[in-house]
Amino acid sequence: MTEGVHASNGTYAVDQIIRSDLAEARRIQSEIEQALDAAAFSDMEIFAIKLALEEALVNAIKHGNQMDPNKTVRVAYTVSDGRFDVLIEDQGPGFDPNDVPDPTAPENLERPCGRGLLLMRHYMTTVTHGERGNQVRMSKIRK
Amino acid sequence: MGEVTVVNFVDRKILDEQNIQAIGDQLFSLVDELGRRKVLLNFRNVEFLSSAALGKLITLDRKLKAVKGKLILCSIAKEIQEVFEITRLDRVFTMHKDEQTALQAF
Repeated sequence: MTEGVHASNGTYAVDQIIRSDLAEARRIQSEIEQALDAAAFSDMEIFAIKLALEEALVNAIKHGNQMDPNKTVRVAYTVSDGRFDVLIEDQGPGFDPNDVPDPTAPENLERPCGRGLLLMRHYMTTVTHGERGNQVRMSKIRK
Repeated sequence: MGEVTVVNFVDRKILDEQNIQAIGDQLFSLVDELGRRKVLLNFRNVEFLSSAALGKLITLDRKLKAVKGKLILCSIAKEIQEVFEITRLDRVFTMHKDEQTALQAF
């Protein structure tokens, strides 16, 4: 892997600031989807990444920034051979992922919310939240 | 209990945060305004679904249960089926492999 595009040193191939707008989220999702397709990721891998991205971007725009048009979201990513790394950071107060109740517990099964994190963790190889809780880093590494 | 209302997602291959509000409103109006009690959602055309869509389906299921109605889902693609399994919602919803089998299950 080329040095400088790996997420571990904090540098990404693409680093963008987007508005707190779901249409912007969709634009960046389709941009990433095209990059993954060009890098020969499989349909299943693309589905997995797309879903994790959707959940993380909605968390950032809706829950983090509360759809505030004055707040932005940083989306930085690298698509490399057999690996995808992304960082999403909002300008909200952050949250503690440990406070999110387990949506698969029988008492929570019929709650309409709270499944985003579960899906992100299932579909990505790693999901790490920053200390302030307003930043998430995710990686998908080909098996 | 009346006839079964079959819903196809014709122009909606993607059920995500951006369009789920409108889809949810249409689905809820079937129960709240049109008084439908047996609803079959055919997922044949659905290629993508996020947690926001799962939330709407749960609300629709609750609405129908509250009026002694029934919601059934059918023709779910493998990738989408996995989303239901991970979230364990395959235990909450009634699902059938195709429309014909689903129609017989009401």
